[in-house]
Amino acid sequence: MGADSLRDLWLTYQSTVAFIGLNGLLALSVYTTLSCGQLSLAQAGFMALGSYAAAVLTLHTAAPFPVVLLAGAVAPALVAVPLGLPVLRLKGVFLAIATIGFGEVVRIFFVNLDFTNGALGLVAIPQRTGIWMIYLALAAALFVLWRIQGSRAGYALEAIREDEPAARTMGIDSSAYKLSMLVLGAALAGLAGALDAHLNFMVAPANYGFGRVVDMLVYAVVGGTTVFYGPVLGAAFLTLLPEVLRELGSHVGLQPGPLRLFVNGLVLLLVILFLPNGIASLPARIRRRLAARRAEADLA
Amino acid sequence: MLRLGGVARTFGGLRAVDGVDFAVGEGEVHGLIGPNGAGKTTLLNLVSGLIRPSGGEISLGGRRIDRLPSHRIAALGITRTYQNIRLFPALSAVENVLVGSHLRRSDPLWKRMLFLPGYRREEADALQRALAFLARVGMEERARERASNLSYGEQRRVEIARALASSPRVILLDEPTAGMNPTEVSSIASLIREVTRTGQSVLLVEHNVKLVMDVCDRITVLNFGKVIADGTPAAVATDPAVIAAYLGSEG
Repeated sequence: MGADSLRDLWLTYQSTVAFIGLNGLLALSVYTTLSCGQLSLAQAGFMALGSYAAAVLTLHTAAPFPVVLLAGAVAPALVAVPLGLPVLRLKGVFLAIATIGFGEVVRIFFVNLDFTNGALGLVAIPQRTGIWMIYLALAAALFVLWRIQGSRAGYALEAIREDEPAARTMGIDSSAYKLSMLVLGAALAGLAGALDAHLNFMVAPANYGFGRVVDMLVYAVVGGTTVFYGPVLGAAFLTLLPEVLRELGSHVGLQPGPLRLFVNGLVLLLVILFLPNGIASLPARIRRRLAARRAEADLA
Repeated sequence: MLRLGGVARTFGGLRAVDGVDFAVGEGEVHGLIGPNGAGKTTLLNLVSGLIRPSGGEISLGGRRIDRLPSHRIAALGITRTYQNIRLFPALSAVENVLVGSHLRRSDPLWKRMLFLPGYRREEADALQRALAFLARVGMEERARERASNLSYGEQRRVEIARALASSPRVILLDEPTAGMNPTEVSSIASLIREVTRTGQSVLLVEHNVKLVMDVCDRITVLNFGKVIADGTPAAVATDPAVIAAYLGSEG
């Protein structure tokens, strides 16, 4: 009886668990470029390239799944190099606009590509992704980002984020670091896309529009971009939230759909206003608050 | 060591730097003075590669550097401080100096990824070196403080430590004692002299005339982007053109 209900719970929520992992990977792919101060919104385009590359390999060749996943990560990484060389010379909002442009170009390219069924996309992709694979990929990504933090390269990235010209006069080749992080982010987005394609049976251009990259960015910002695990926390929180709301909403007779968007927007607003370093900064904040209260109590 | 020949830079119609020639010798402290707007900071920006000259040549040890990007110029041995302090505010004092030692560190990242021995020692060594540089500017006790929490004078000292941390051949100091009290100023003066003892050169932009006269081997005076005097401190101090530029000419 107990085991049965646990199994039911797992069956009900395993797709949510999978999406938390995938969204975590996508949030990290935005974080990689944010970690050196660059707002790149090309990630939905990278994800599309990874999804399509992997799906085409699976549907048209007998490539084993690890090779398919590898291709999904490598294809967008290769595209990121010629994209990054000119585009990373741009700063701030201009970089954001140029990379949005790239994402749209990729999406429209696939809309018009007959080989992949245009706007309909590829369907009946065999389901090969296991949840453990998603979490293995996520763990690997977190491991790499954890090891970068505090290293010579990690300090170089922080210096570029804080003041790029000053970092350059310390001898830091900021262009090379920025390009490396764009490539790493592209690989993560592509890997997430490849895993996603083999979990949900289909890829279609509509999945990789501007809304997708905004979602990724919101995960990262809500979770916090000052530490490497922040974006994953944000992705987990914002992926779970609609599920919780659906439960609550059904009790008070509300439609979950519109509620979800409203609550996502509200959460983003609250985080930016009251928790600018994201959910990841919450424990330190609570500790400080408690310490202050204790100090006050001691005085009294 | 560092040689400028006919260096010019215009901003629109303004000739901010207009045909400047001078040379900084090895182990020499070279002062660069002049009234506000004379082009001193522009000149430092040209030497460190933040902006490109519109004419002339800059060379370091016989090698032309004026077309190189700033990180290459730093790698060849020129680092600097900034008039309006540009520390990395979210990093601690010692982390700022660690960034400054970027060029002197091997990259232990892949060893770090695989937890191979060696990376810990490299990182511990780098940290020790950074702390030693902070000690040279008297900031070792504030090493863990966020740069943005430090006082103005402290930030200037950390910035000097950060510039020294790459063991540059030439260090450019842009008003290093602005906002410092007299005790801090004299400690900076002795630091500058100490730096040159190991053969490093200093190009010093400074408004504190006493400091400039005390520490400089040679002085170049700029006015409206042009060199109006160049020589030893004693010669420059009595030069009529310099006196006119600073005090206005009589009648």
